[in-house]
Amino acid sequence: MSITAPLFQHHKHCDELFATAEEDCANGDWAAGGKAFARLLDQLETHFTSEEQLLFPAFETATGMTSGPTEVMRGEHRQMRDLMAQMKAALASRDSDAFGGGAETLLILMQQHNMKEENILYPMCDNVLGASDVGAFLAERLNAS
Amino acid sequence: MHPSLSFDQAPPISVPYRFFLVAPWFGVMAGILLAWSGGDALVSRWTPEALALTHLIAVGFMLQAMCGAVFQFIPVAVGGNVWRPRLVANIGQPLLLLAALLLVAGLLFSRPGLLSAAAPLFLLTVGGFVAVVALALWQTPATGMTLWAMRMAIAGLAVTVVLGALLAEALALGLSIPIVELADIHLAWGLAGWALMLLAGVSYYVVPMFQLTRPYPLWFTRWFGPLLLLLLLAWSSRLLLEDPRWSLAIALSLLALVSAYAGMTLWLQYTRRRKVHDATSVGFRIANLSILAFVISGAGFLLYPELAADPRAAVWLGVLAFAGVFVSAITGMMYKIVPFLNWLHLQRLGAPLSAVPNMNKMIPGEAMTGQLRLHVLAVALLLAAVWLPGLTRLAGAALAVSFAWMGWNLAGAVRRYQSFKDQIRAAGLHH
Repeated sequence: MSITAPLFQHHKHCDELFATAEEDCANGDWAAGGKAFARLLDQLETHFTSEEQLLFPAFETATGMTSGPTEVMRGEHRQMRDLMAQMKAALASRDSDAFGGGAETLLILMQQHNMKEENILYPMCDNVLGASDVGAFLAERLNAS
Repeated sequence: MHPSLSFDQAPPISVPYRFFLVAPWFGVMAGILLAWSGGDALVSRWTPEALALTHLIAVGFMLQAMCGAVFQFIPVAVGGNVWRPRLVANIGQPLLLLAALLLVAGLLFSRPGLLSAAAPLFLLTVGGFVAVVALALWQTPATGMTLWAMRMAIAGLAVTVVLGALLAEALALGLSIPIVELADIHLAWGLAGWALMLLAGVSYYVVPMFQLTRPYPLWFTRWFGPLLLLLLLAWSSRLLLEDPRWSLAIALSLLALVSAYAGMTLWLQYTRRRKVHDATSVGFRIANLSILAFVISGAGFLLYPELAADPRAAVWLGVLAFAGVFVSAITGMMYKIVPFLNWLHLQRLGAPLSAVPNMNKMIPGEAMTGQLRLHVLAVALLLAAVWLPGLTRLAGAALAVSFAWMGWNLAGAVRRYQSFKDQIRAAGLHH
Protein backbone atom coordinates (compact mmCIF):
# COMPACT_ATOMS: atom_id res chain seq x y z
CA MET A 1 0.00 0.00 0.00
CA SER A 2 1.22 3.50 -0.75
CA ILE A 3 2.20 5.63 2.22
CA THR A 4 -0.21 8.38 1.19
CA ALA A 5 -3.23 6.06 0.87
CA PRO A 6 -4.63 7.13 4.28
CA LEU A 7 -4.55 10.78 3.17
CA PHE A 8 -6.29 9.85 -0.05
CA GLN A 9 -9.03 8.04 1.89
CA HIS A 10 -9.33 10.93 4.30
CA HIS A 11 -10.07 13.35 1.43
CA LYS A 12 -13.18 11.28 0.65
CA HIS A 13 -14.18 11.32 4.29
CA CYS A 14 -13.93 15.14 4.34
CA ASP A 15 -15.99 15.32 1.12
CA GLU A 16 -18.80 13.45 2.89
CA LEU A 17 -18.69 15.81 5.85
CA PHE A 18 -18.70 18.81 3.52
CA ALA A 19 -21.74 17.56 1.59
CA THR A 20 -23.67 16.92 4.80
CA ALA A 21 -22.86 20.32 6.30
CA GLU A 22 -23.74 22.15 3.10
CA GLU A 23 -26.99 20.28 2.61
CA ASP A 24 -28.15 20.77 6.20
CA CYS A 25 -27.42 24.49 6.16
CA ALA A 26 -29.04 24.92 2.73
CA ASN A 27 -32.17 23.27 4.14
CA GLY A 28 -32.14 25.62 7.12
CA ASP A 29 -31.25 22.89 9.61
CA TRP A 30 -28.60 24.97 11.36
CA ALA A 31 -28.22 22.67 14.34
CA ALA A 32 -27.33 19.62 12.25
CA GLY A 33 -25.35 21.78 9.82
CA GLY A 34 -23.38 23.27 12.70
CA LYS A 35 -22.48 19.83 13.99
CA ALA A 36 -21.41 18.55 10.59
CA PHE A 37 -19.43 21.71 9.93
CA ALA A 38 -17.63 21.46 13.28
CA ARG A 39 -16.68 17.89 12.40
CA LEU A 40 -15.46 19.04 8.96
CA LEU A 41 -13.36 21.80 10.54
CA ASP A 42 -11.83 19.32 12.94
CA GLN A 43 -11.07 16.72 10.28
CA LEU A 44 -9.62 19.19 7.80
CA GLU A 45 -7.42 20.67 10.50
CA THR A 46 -6.15 17.20 11.38
CA HIS A 47 -5.51 16.54 7.71
CA PHE A 48 -3.65 19.80 7.16
CA THR A 49 -1.47 19.45 10.24
CA SER A 50 -0.66 15.81 9.42
CA GLU A 51 0.65 16.95 6.07
CA GLU A 52 2.39 20.05 7.35
CA GLN A 53 4.06 18.35 10.29
CA LEU A 54 4.78 14.88 8.91
CA LEU A 55 4.55 14.49 5.15
CA PHE A 56 5.83 17.81 3.82
CA PRO A 57 8.93 18.04 6.03
CA ALA A 58 9.85 14.45 5.14
CA PHE A 59 9.39 15.19 1.44
CA GLU A 60 11.41 18.38 1.69
CA THR A 61 14.24 16.62 3.52
CA ALA A 62 14.29 13.79 1.00
CA THR A 63 14.23 16.00 -2.10
CA GLY A 64 15.72 19.29 -0.94
CA MET A 65 12.71 21.04 -2.49
CA THR A 66 11.41 23.51 0.07
CA SER A 67 9.85 26.12 -2.16
CA GLY A 68 8.15 23.77 -4.61
CA PRO A 69 4.81 22.00 -4.46
CA THR A 70 4.76 21.77 -0.66
CA GLU A 71 4.95 25.55 -0.40
CA VAL A 72 1.97 25.91 -2.77
CA MET A 73 0.03 23.34 -0.73
CA ARG A 74 0.77 25.19 2.53
CA GLY A 75 -0.52 28.41 0.94
CA GLU A 76 -3.74 26.67 -0.10
CA HIS A 77 -4.19 25.26 3.40
CA ARG A 78 -4.01 28.86 4.64
CA GLN A 79 -6.68 29.95 2.15
CA MET A 80 -8.98 27.10 3.17
CA ARG A 81 -8.53 27.88 6.86
CA ASP A 82 -9.48 31.53 6.16
CA LEU A 83 -12.53 30.49 4.16
CA MET A 84 -13.66 28.15 6.92
CA ALA A 85 -13.31 30.96 9.44
CA GLN A 86 -15.65 33.04 7.24
CA MET A 87 -18.08 30.13 7.02
CA LYS A 88 -17.98 29.67 10.78
CA ALA A 89 -18.93 33.31 11.26
CA ALA A 90 -21.73 32.95 8.68
CA LEU A 91 -22.99 29.88 10.48
CA ALA A 92 -22.99 31.67 13.83
CA SER A 93 -25.09 34.48 12.37
CA ARG A 94 -27.23 32.01 10.34
CA ASP A 95 -26.44 33.87 7.15
CA SER A 96 -27.26 31.24 4.53
CA ASP A 97 -26.04 33.34 1.58
CA ALA A 98 -22.64 33.91 3.13
CA PHE A 99 -22.39 30.26 4.22
CA GLY A 100 -23.47 28.97 0.80
CA GLY A 101 -21.05 31.27 -1.02
CA GLY A 102 -18.23 30.24 1.30
CA ALA A 103 -19.09 26.57 0.81
CA GLU A 104 -19.13 26.92 -2.97
CA THR A 105 -15.71 28.59 -2.93
CA LEU A 106 -14.25 26.15 -0.41
CA LEU A 107 -15.46 23.17 -2.43
CA ILE A 108 -13.65 24.18 -5.61
CA LEU A 109 -10.53 25.23 -3.77
CA MET A 110 -10.52 22.01 -1.76
CA GLN A 111 -11.20 19.74 -4.74
CA GLN A 112 -8.58 21.40 -6.89
CA HIS A 113 -6.12 21.13 -4.03
CA ASN A 114 -6.95 17.46 -3.50
CA MET A 115 -6.52 16.69 -7.20
CA LYS A 116 -3.08 18.27 -7.24
CA GLU A 117 -2.10 16.25 -4.19
CA GLU A 118 -3.60 12.99 -5.39
CA ASN A 119 -2.35 13.24 -8.96
CA ILE A 120 1.02 14.86 -8.48
CA LEU A 121 2.31 15.35 -4.96
CA TYR A 122 1.26 12.05 -3.36
CA PRO A 123 2.76 9.93 -6.15
CA MET A 124 5.98 11.95 -5.78
CA CYS A 125 5.92 11.33 -2.02
CA ASP A 126 5.28 7.61 -2.54
CA ASN A 127 8.32 7.52 -4.79
CA VAL A 128 10.78 9.23 -2.48
CA LEU A 129 9.37 8.19 0.91
CA GLY A 130 8.12 4.68 0.13
CA ALA A 131 10.64 3.02 2.40
CA SER A 132 10.20 5.39 5.35
CA ASP A 133 7.89 5.11 8.35
CA VAL A 134 6.00 8.33 7.52
CA GLY A 135 3.04 6.33 6.26
CA ALA A 136 2.55 4.55 9.57
CA PHE A 137 2.59 7.85 11.44
CA LEU A 138 0.11 9.40 9.02
CA ALA A 139 -2.29 6.49 9.34
CA GLU A 140 -2.02 6.55 13.11
CA ARG A 141 -2.77 10.25 13.33
CA LEU A 142 -5.69 10.21 10.91
CA ASN A 143 -7.23 7.13 12.52
CA ALA A 144 -7.02 8.69 15.95
CA SER A 145 -8.98 11.74 14.84
CA MET B 1 12.76 16.77 -10.11
CA HIS B 2 9.88 17.92 -12.27
CA PRO B 3 11.19 21.15 -13.76
CA SER B 4 8.38 21.51 -16.25
CA LEU B 5 5.67 20.76 -13.74
CA SER B 6 3.46 23.80 -13.34
CA PHE B 7 1.84 23.61 -9.95
CA ASP B 8 0.17 26.92 -9.63
CA GLN B 9 0.38 28.80 -12.87
CA ALA B 10 -3.05 29.89 -13.89
CA PRO B 11 -2.70 32.34 -16.80
CA PRO B 12 -3.54 36.04 -16.34
CA ILE B 13 -7.30 36.47 -15.95
CA SER B 14 -7.49 38.40 -19.22
CA VAL B 15 -6.54 35.25 -21.17
CA PRO B 16 -9.70 33.19 -20.60
CA TYR B 17 -11.93 36.27 -20.22
CA ARG B 18 -11.00 37.63 -23.62
CA PHE B 19 -12.56 34.52 -25.15
CA PHE B 20 -15.48 34.14 -22.74
CA LEU B 21 -16.70 37.72 -23.15
CA VAL B 22 -16.85 37.53 -26.94
CA ALA B 23 -18.34 34.03 -27.28
CA PRO B 24 -22.00 34.70 -26.35
CA TRP B 25 -22.31 37.53 -28.88
CA PHE B 26 -21.81 35.06 -31.71
CA GLY B 27 -24.84 33.25 -30.33
CA VAL B 28 -26.74 36.53 -30.35
CA MET B 29 -25.81 36.94 -34.02
CA ALA B 30 -27.07 33.40 -34.70
CA GLY B 31 -30.40 34.19 -33.06
CA ILE B 32 -30.76 37.46 -34.94
CA LEU B 33 -29.90 35.77 -38.23
CA LEU B 34 -32.55 33.13 -37.63
CA ALA B 35 -35.19 35.65 -36.56
CA TRP B 36 -34.39 37.73 -39.62
CA SER B 37 -34.35 34.85 -42.14
CA GLY B 38 -37.53 33.20 -40.88
CA GLY B 39 -39.21 30.08 -42.25
CA ASP B 40 -36.89 28.64 -44.87
CA ALA B 41 -33.67 28.82 -42.89
CA LEU B 42 -34.13 25.41 -41.27
CA VAL B 43 -35.54 23.36 -44.15
CA SER B 44 -32.18 21.70 -44.77
CA ARG B 45 -28.67 21.70 -43.34
CA TRP B 46 -27.36 23.03 -46.67
CA THR B 47 -29.17 26.37 -46.82
CA PRO B 48 -26.75 29.32 -46.61
CA GLU B 49 -28.50 30.38 -43.41
CA ALA B 50 -28.17 26.95 -41.79
CA LEU B 51 -24.47 26.76 -42.70
CA ALA B 52 -23.89 30.26 -41.34
CA LEU B 53 -25.84 29.49 -38.14
CA THR B 54 -23.93 26.27 -37.56
CA HIS B 55 -20.62 28.07 -37.83
CA LEU B 56 -21.70 31.04 -35.71
CA ILE B 57 -22.29 28.53 -32.92
CA ALA B 58 -19.37 26.18 -33.73
CA VAL B 59 -16.48 28.55 -34.43
CA GLY B 60 -18.04 31.66 -32.90
CA PHE B 61 -19.46 30.53 -29.59
CA MET B 62 -18.02 27.05 -28.98
CA LEU B 63 -14.49 27.45 -30.27
CA GLN B 64 -13.96 30.81 -28.55
CA ALA B 65 -15.24 29.50 -25.22
CA MET B 66 -13.35 26.21 -25.49
CA CYS B 67 -10.05 27.88 -26.38
CA GLY B 68 -10.39 30.21 -23.40
CA ALA B 69 -11.20 27.29 -21.13
CA VAL B 70 -8.30 25.19 -22.43
CA PHE B 71 -5.81 27.98 -21.61
CA GLN B 72 -7.14 27.97 -18.06
CA PHE B 73 -7.53 24.22 -17.72
CA ILE B 74 -4.13 22.98 -18.90
CA PRO B 75 -1.97 24.46 -16.14
CA VAL B 76 -4.47 23.78 -13.39
CA ALA B 77 -5.67 20.30 -14.31
CA VAL B 78 -2.79 18.67 -16.13
CA GLY B 79 0.14 20.78 -14.91
CA GLY B 80 1.12 21.88 -18.42
CA ASN B 81 2.88 25.13 -19.29
CA VAL B 82 1.27 26.91 -22.24
CA TRP B 83 3.86 28.97 -24.08
CA ARG B 84 3.26 32.71 -23.45
CA PRO B 85 -0.51 32.45 -23.00
CA ARG B 86 -1.11 36.19 -22.93
CA LEU B 87 0.70 36.77 -26.21
CA VAL B 88 -0.96 33.80 -27.93
CA ALA B 89 -4.41 34.87 -26.71
CA ASN B 90 -3.90 38.53 -27.57
CA ILE B 91 -3.02 37.69 -31.15
CA GLY B 92 -4.98 34.49 -31.67
CA GLN B 93 -8.35 35.52 -30.24
CA PRO B 94 -8.97 38.57 -32.49
CA LEU B 95 -7.77 36.59 -35.51
CA LEU B 96 -10.10 33.75 -34.63
CA LEU B 97 -12.95 36.22 -34.33
CA LEU B 98 -12.11 37.68 -37.74
CA ALA B 99 -11.82 34.24 -39.32
CA ALA B 100 -15.22 33.24 -37.92
CA LEU B 101 -16.86 36.40 -39.29
CA LEU B 102 -15.30 35.92 -42.73
CA LEU B 103 -16.40 32.30 -42.87
CA VAL B 104 -19.95 33.04 -41.76
CA ALA B 105 -20.29 35.95 -44.19
CA GLY B 106 -18.82 33.81 -46.97
CA LEU B 107 -21.31 31.00 -46.32
CA LEU B 108 -24.29 33.28 -45.85
CA PHE B 109 -23.74 35.45 -48.90
CA SER B 110 -22.07 32.71 -51.01
CA ARG B 111 -18.96 34.85 -51.53
CA PRO B 112 -15.98 32.77 -52.70
CA GLY B 113 -13.52 35.56 -51.86
CA LEU B 114 -14.52 35.55 -48.20
CA LEU B 115 -14.33 31.75 -47.96
CA SER B 116 -10.90 31.82 -49.58
CA ALA B 117 -9.72 34.36 -47.03
CA ALA B 118 -11.23 32.53 -44.05
CA ALA B 119 -9.59 29.16 -44.79
CA PRO B 120 -5.92 30.18 -44.42
CA LEU B 121 -6.76 32.41 -41.47
CA PHE B 122 -8.29 29.42 -39.66
CA LEU B 123 -5.31 27.25 -40.51
CA LEU B 124 -3.01 29.91 -39.11
CA THR B 125 -4.87 30.76 -35.90
CA VAL B 126 -6.18 27.34 -34.97
CA GLY B 127 -2.89 25.83 -36.16
CA GLY B 128 -1.00 28.13 -33.80
CA PHE B 129 -3.37 27.29 -30.96
CA VAL B 130 -3.05 23.56 -31.63
CA ALA B 131 0.75 23.86 -31.68
CA VAL B 132 1.13 25.64 -28.32
CA VAL B 133 -1.50 23.49 -26.64
CA ALA B 134 -0.07 20.26 -28.03
CA LEU B 135 3.40 21.27 -26.83
CA ALA B 136 2.05 21.88 -23.33
CA LEU B 137 0.07 18.63 -23.36
CA TRP B 138 2.97 16.49 -24.50
CA GLN B 139 5.59 18.08 -22.22
CA THR B 140 3.73 17.82 -18.96
CA PRO B 141 4.96 15.03 -16.70
CA ALA B 142 1.40 14.52 -15.42
CA THR B 143 -0.54 11.40 -16.36
CA GLY B 144 -4.17 10.35 -16.37
CA MET B 145 -7.10 9.99 -18.71
CA THR B 146 -8.07 13.67 -18.70
CA LEU B 147 -4.67 14.39 -20.19
CA TRP B 148 -5.06 11.68 -22.83
CA ALA B 149 -8.54 12.86 -23.73
CA MET B 150 -7.22 16.39 -24.18
CA ARG B 151 -4.39 15.16 -26.38
CA MET B 152 -6.85 13.30 -28.58
CA ALA B 153 -9.23 16.28 -28.59
CA ILE B 154 -6.55 18.66 -29.79
CA ALA B 155 -5.71 16.24 -32.60
CA GLY B 156 -9.44 16.14 -33.39
CA LEU B 157 -9.47 19.93 -33.63
CA ALA B 158 -6.55 19.85 -36.07
CA VAL B 159 -8.34 17.33 -38.32
CA THR B 160 -11.57 19.36 -38.17
CA VAL B 161 -9.89 22.59 -39.19
CA VAL B 162 -7.85 21.05 -42.01
CA LEU B 163 -10.99 19.46 -43.45
CA GLY B 164 -12.95 22.66 -42.92
CA ALA B 165 -10.33 24.73 -44.73
CA LEU B 166 -10.32 22.21 -47.57
CA LEU B 167 -14.11 22.42 -47.83
CA ALA B 168 -14.07 26.24 -47.78
CA GLU B 169 -11.48 26.34 -50.57
CA ALA B 170 -13.38 23.71 -52.53
CA LEU B 171 -16.54 25.80 -52.34
CA ALA B 172 -14.64 28.97 -53.20
CA LEU B 173 -12.72 27.53 -56.13
CA GLY B 174 -15.29 25.01 -57.30
CA LEU B 175 -12.91 22.07 -56.79
CA SER B 176 -14.39 18.73 -57.64
CA ILE B 177 -14.12 16.85 -54.38
CA PRO B 178 -16.86 14.83 -52.64
CA ILE B 179 -18.24 17.79 -50.67
CA VAL B 180 -21.06 15.97 -48.87
CA GLU B 181 -18.92 13.06 -47.67
CA LEU B 182 -16.13 15.42 -46.59
CA ALA B 183 -18.61 17.67 -44.79
CA ASP B 184 -19.94 14.65 -42.87
CA ILE B 185 -16.41 13.69 -41.86
CA HIS B 186 -15.56 17.30 -40.93
CA LEU B 187 -18.71 17.45 -38.81
CA ALA B 188 -18.01 14.17 -37.04
CA TRP B 189 -14.46 15.21 -36.15
CA GLY B 190 -15.60 18.63 -34.98
CA LEU B 191 -18.49 17.45 -32.85
CA ALA B 192 -17.13 14.16 -31.58
CA GLY B 193 -13.35 14.21 -32.11
CA TRP B 194 -12.83 17.70 -30.74
CA ALA B 195 -15.85 18.95 -28.81
CA LEU B 196 -17.12 15.74 -27.18
CA MET B 197 -13.62 14.41 -26.55
CA LEU B 198 -12.73 17.66 -24.77
CA LEU B 199 -16.02 17.63 -22.87
CA ALA B 200 -15.35 14.05 -21.76
CA GLY B 201 -11.79 14.83 -20.66
CA VAL B 202 -12.96 17.88 -18.74
CA SER B 203 -15.87 15.89 -17.27
CA TYR B 204 -13.52 13.23 -15.85
CA TYR B 205 -11.98 16.07 -13.88
CA VAL B 206 -14.81 18.47 -13.04
CA VAL B 207 -17.90 16.28 -12.60
CA PRO B 208 -16.53 14.52 -9.49
CA MET B 209 -15.03 17.80 -8.34
CA PHE B 210 -18.02 20.15 -8.65
CA GLN B 211 -20.75 17.71 -7.66
CA LEU B 212 -18.87 15.29 -5.43
CA THR B 213 -19.75 12.28 -7.52
CA ARG B 214 -17.78 9.08 -7.61
CA PRO B 215 -15.01 9.20 -10.20
CA TYR B 216 -15.75 7.88 -13.70
CA PRO B 217 -14.81 4.17 -13.63
CA LEU B 218 -11.30 3.54 -14.86
CA TRP B 219 -12.49 1.06 -17.51
CA PHE B 220 -14.73 3.79 -18.90
CA THR B 221 -12.12 6.53 -19.12
CA ARG B 222 -9.60 4.07 -20.53
CA TRP B 223 -11.84 2.93 -23.36
CA PHE B 224 -14.08 5.86 -24.19
CA GLY B 225 -11.53 8.17 -25.85
CA PRO B 226 -9.57 5.57 -27.84
CA LEU B 227 -12.78 3.90 -29.06
CA LEU B 228 -14.19 7.25 -30.11
CA LEU B 229 -11.01 8.00 -32.01
CA LEU B 230 -11.06 4.58 -33.66
CA LEU B 231 -14.70 4.93 -34.70
CA LEU B 232 -14.02 8.37 -36.16
CA LEU B 233 -11.21 6.92 -38.24
CA ALA B 234 -13.57 4.19 -39.39
CA TRP B 235 -16.23 6.81 -40.14
CA SER B 236 -13.67 8.68 -42.25
CA SER B 237 -13.06 5.56 -44.32
CA ARG B 238 -16.47 6.07 -45.95
CA LEU B 239 -14.59 8.29 -48.38
CA LEU B 240 -12.98 5.16 -49.82
CA LEU B 241 -15.45 2.43 -48.91
CA GLU B 242 -18.92 2.78 -50.25
CA ASP B 243 -20.62 0.06 -48.30
CA PRO B 244 -23.87 1.21 -46.69
CA ARG B 245 -23.81 -1.64 -44.15
CA TRP B 246 -20.34 -0.59 -42.98
CA SER B 247 -21.47 3.06 -42.65
CA LEU B 248 -24.54 1.99 -40.71
CA ALA B 249 -22.53 -0.18 -38.34
CA ILE B 250 -20.04 2.61 -37.65
CA ALA B 251 -22.74 5.23 -37.16
CA LEU B 252 -24.68 3.01 -34.73
CA SER B 253 -21.50 2.20 -32.81
CA LEU B 254 -20.68 5.91 -32.54
CA LEU B 255 -24.15 6.62 -31.19
CA ALA B 256 -23.87 3.77 -28.68
CA LEU B 257 -20.51 5.04 -27.45
CA VAL B 258 -21.72 8.62 -27.16
CA SER B 259 -24.76 7.51 -25.20
CA ALA B 260 -22.44 5.62 -22.84
CA TYR B 261 -20.76 8.92 -21.92
CA ALA B 262 -24.12 10.63 -21.37
CA GLY B 263 -25.58 7.71 -19.42
CA MET B 264 -22.49 7.40 -17.24
CA THR B 265 -22.43 11.14 -16.49
CA LEU B 266 -26.14 11.24 -15.64
CA TRP B 267 -25.74 8.18 -13.42
CA LEU B 268 -22.80 9.74 -11.56
CA GLN B 269 -24.79 12.95 -11.11
CA TYR B 270 -27.80 11.00 -9.90
CA THR B 271 -25.76 9.23 -7.23
CA ARG B 272 -23.70 12.27 -6.23
CA ARG B 273 -22.87 13.12 -2.63
CA ARG B 274 -23.45 16.86 -2.99
CA LYS B 275 -27.17 17.48 -2.99
CA VAL B 276 -27.11 21.23 -3.69
CA HIS B 277 -28.02 22.03 -7.31
CA ASP B 278 -26.47 24.88 -9.23
CA ALA B 279 -26.34 26.27 -12.75
CA THR B 280 -23.38 24.06 -13.64
CA SER B 281 -25.03 20.79 -12.67
CA VAL B 282 -28.19 21.87 -14.48
CA GLY B 283 -26.20 22.81 -17.61
CA PHE B 284 -24.52 19.40 -17.61
CA ARG B 285 -27.81 17.63 -17.13
CA ILE B 286 -29.44 19.44 -20.07
CA ALA B 287 -26.39 18.60 -22.19
CA ASN B 288 -26.51 14.90 -21.35
CA LEU B 289 -30.24 14.59 -21.83
CA SER B 290 -29.75 16.27 -25.22
CA ILE B 291 -27.11 13.67 -26.06
CA LEU B 292 -29.59 10.91 -25.28
CA ALA B 293 -32.26 12.62 -27.40
CA PHE B 294 -29.69 12.94 -30.21
CA VAL B 295 -28.77 9.26 -29.95
CA ILE B 296 -32.38 8.04 -29.91
CA SER B 297 -33.46 10.18 -32.86
CA GLY B 298 -30.18 9.53 -34.72
CA ALA B 299 -30.65 5.77 -34.33
CA GLY B 300 -34.26 6.14 -35.46
CA PHE B 301 -33.16 7.96 -38.61
CA LEU B 302 -30.52 5.31 -39.33
CA LEU B 303 -32.84 2.36 -38.84
CA TYR B 304 -35.84 3.89 -40.61
CA PRO B 305 -34.30 5.68 -43.60
CA GLU B 306 -37.73 6.87 -44.77
CA LEU B 307 -37.72 9.18 -41.70
CA ALA B 308 -34.30 10.54 -42.59
CA ALA B 309 -35.35 11.19 -46.19
CA ASP B 310 -36.73 14.53 -45.00
CA PRO B 311 -33.77 16.96 -45.00
CA ARG B 312 -35.11 18.45 -41.80
CA ALA B 313 -34.04 15.29 -39.93
CA ALA B 314 -30.41 16.42 -40.09
CA VAL B 315 -31.37 19.91 -38.90
CA TRP B 316 -33.16 18.38 -35.92
CA LEU B 317 -29.97 16.49 -34.99
CA GLY B 318 -27.91 19.65 -35.49
CA VAL B 319 -30.09 21.66 -33.10
CA LEU B 320 -29.80 18.92 -30.46
CA ALA B 321 -26.02 18.66 -30.82
CA PHE B 322 -25.04 22.31 -31.04
CA ALA B 323 -27.67 24.11 -28.97
CA GLY B 324 -28.78 21.24 -26.74
CA VAL B 325 -25.48 19.59 -25.92
CA PHE B 326 -22.59 21.98 -26.30
CA VAL B 327 -24.13 25.39 -25.63
CA SER B 328 -25.65 23.99 -22.41
CA ALA B 329 -22.49 22.30 -21.17
CA ILE B 330 -20.28 25.29 -22.00
CA THR B 331 -22.68 27.73 -20.35
CA GLY B 332 -22.75 25.63 -17.20
CA MET B 333 -18.96 25.46 -17.17
CA MET B 334 -18.50 29.20 -17.66
CA TYR B 335 -20.90 29.88 -14.79
CA LYS B 336 -18.54 27.96 -12.52
CA ILE B 337 -15.18 28.98 -13.95
CA VAL B 338 -15.81 32.74 -14.09
CA PRO B 339 -16.93 33.22 -10.45
CA PHE B 340 -14.04 31.04 -9.28
CA LEU B 341 -11.48 32.91 -11.37
CA ASN B 342 -12.80 36.22 -10.05
CA TRP B 343 -12.34 34.97 -6.52
CA LEU B 344 -8.94 33.39 -7.22
CA HIS B 345 -7.46 36.49 -8.81
CA LEU B 346 -8.96 38.85 -6.22
CA GLN B 347 -7.50 36.91 -3.33
CA ARG B 348 -4.14 36.96 -5.07
CA LEU B 349 -4.07 40.73 -4.66
CA GLY B 350 -2.98 39.87 -1.14
CA ALA B 351 -5.92 41.32 0.77
CA PRO B 352 -7.10 39.42 3.84
CA LEU B 353 -9.48 36.77 2.62
CA SER B 354 -12.34 38.30 4.59
CA ALA B 355 -12.12 41.30 2.23
CA VAL B 356 -12.60 39.11 -0.84
CA PRO B 357 -16.25 38.45 -1.77
CA ASN B 358 -17.10 34.76 -2.18
CA MET B 359 -18.00 33.11 -5.49
CA ASN B 360 -21.74 33.61 -5.10
CA LYS B 361 -21.24 37.38 -5.17
CA MET B 362 -19.88 37.30 -8.73
CA ILE B 363 -22.98 36.38 -10.77
CA PRO B 364 -26.42 36.31 -9.09
CA GLY B 365 -27.66 32.72 -8.87
CA GLU B 366 -31.12 33.66 -10.18
CA ALA B 367 -29.58 35.33 -13.23
CA MET B 368 -27.73 32.12 -14.11
CA THR B 369 -30.63 29.74 -13.60
CA GLY B 370 -33.04 32.18 -15.29
CA GLN B 371 -30.79 32.39 -18.32
CA LEU B 372 -30.50 28.60 -18.47
CA ARG B 373 -34.29 28.28 -18.34
CA LEU B 374 -34.60 30.67 -21.25
CA HIS B 375 -31.95 28.67 -23.08
CA VAL B 376 -33.98 25.47 -22.62
CA LEU B 377 -37.03 27.30 -23.96
CA ALA B 378 -34.99 28.50 -26.96
CA VAL B 379 -33.79 24.93 -27.69
CA ALA B 380 -37.36 23.63 -27.44
CA LEU B 381 -38.58 26.35 -29.81
CA LEU B 382 -35.75 25.60 -32.24
CA LEU B 383 -36.63 21.90 -32.24
CA ALA B 384 -40.29 22.74 -32.85
CA ALA B 385 -39.37 25.23 -35.57
CA VAL B 386 -37.62 22.47 -37.52
CA TRP B 387 -41.06 20.96 -38.22
CA LEU B 388 -43.20 24.11 -37.82
CA PRO B 389 -41.45 26.85 -39.82
CA GLY B 390 -43.92 29.41 -38.47
CA LEU B 391 -42.01 29.27 -35.17
CA THR B 392 -38.60 30.03 -36.67
CA ARG B 393 -38.59 33.77 -36.00
CA LEU B 394 -39.75 33.27 -32.42
CA ALA B 395 -37.09 30.60 -31.86
CA GLY B 396 -34.43 32.94 -33.27
CA ALA B 397 -35.55 35.76 -31.01
CA ALA B 398 -35.48 33.47 -27.95
CA LEU B 399 -32.00 32.27 -28.89
CA ALA B 400 -30.74 35.84 -29.31
CA VAL B 401 -32.17 37.03 -25.99
CA SER B 402 -30.85 33.96 -24.18
CA PHE B 403 -27.31 34.47 -25.48
CA ALA B 404 -27.49 38.21 -24.79
CA TRP B 405 -28.47 37.41 -21.19
CA MET B 406 -25.50 35.05 -20.93
CA GLY B 407 -23.22 37.78 -22.33
CA TRP B 408 -24.66 40.23 -19.85
CA ASN B 409 -24.13 37.82 -16.93
CA LEU B 410 -20.49 37.25 -17.89
CA ALA B 411 -19.81 40.94 -18.52
CA GLY B 412 -21.42 41.69 -15.14
CA ALA B 413 -19.00 39.27 -13.48
CA VAL B 414 -16.05 41.05 -15.06
CA ARG B 415 -17.46 44.44 -13.98
CA ARG B 416 -17.80 43.15 -10.43
CA TYR B 417 -14.23 41.84 -10.55
CA GLN B 418 -13.03 45.31 -11.48
CA SER B 419 -15.04 47.07 -8.82
CA PHE B 420 -14.02 44.61 -6.06
CA LYS B 421 -10.44 45.03 -7.16
CA ASP B 422 -10.75 48.81 -6.96
CA GLN B 423 -12.30 48.54 -3.50
CA ILE B 424 -9.49 46.32 -2.24
CA ARG B 425 -6.87 48.68 -3.68
CA ALA B 426 -8.63 51.79 -2.36
CA ALA B 427 -8.76 50.27 1.11
CA GLY B 428 -5.00 49.69 0.88
CA LEU B 429 -5.47 46.02 1.65
CA HIS B 430 -3.32 44.61 -1.13
CA HIS B 431 0.41 43.90 -1.03
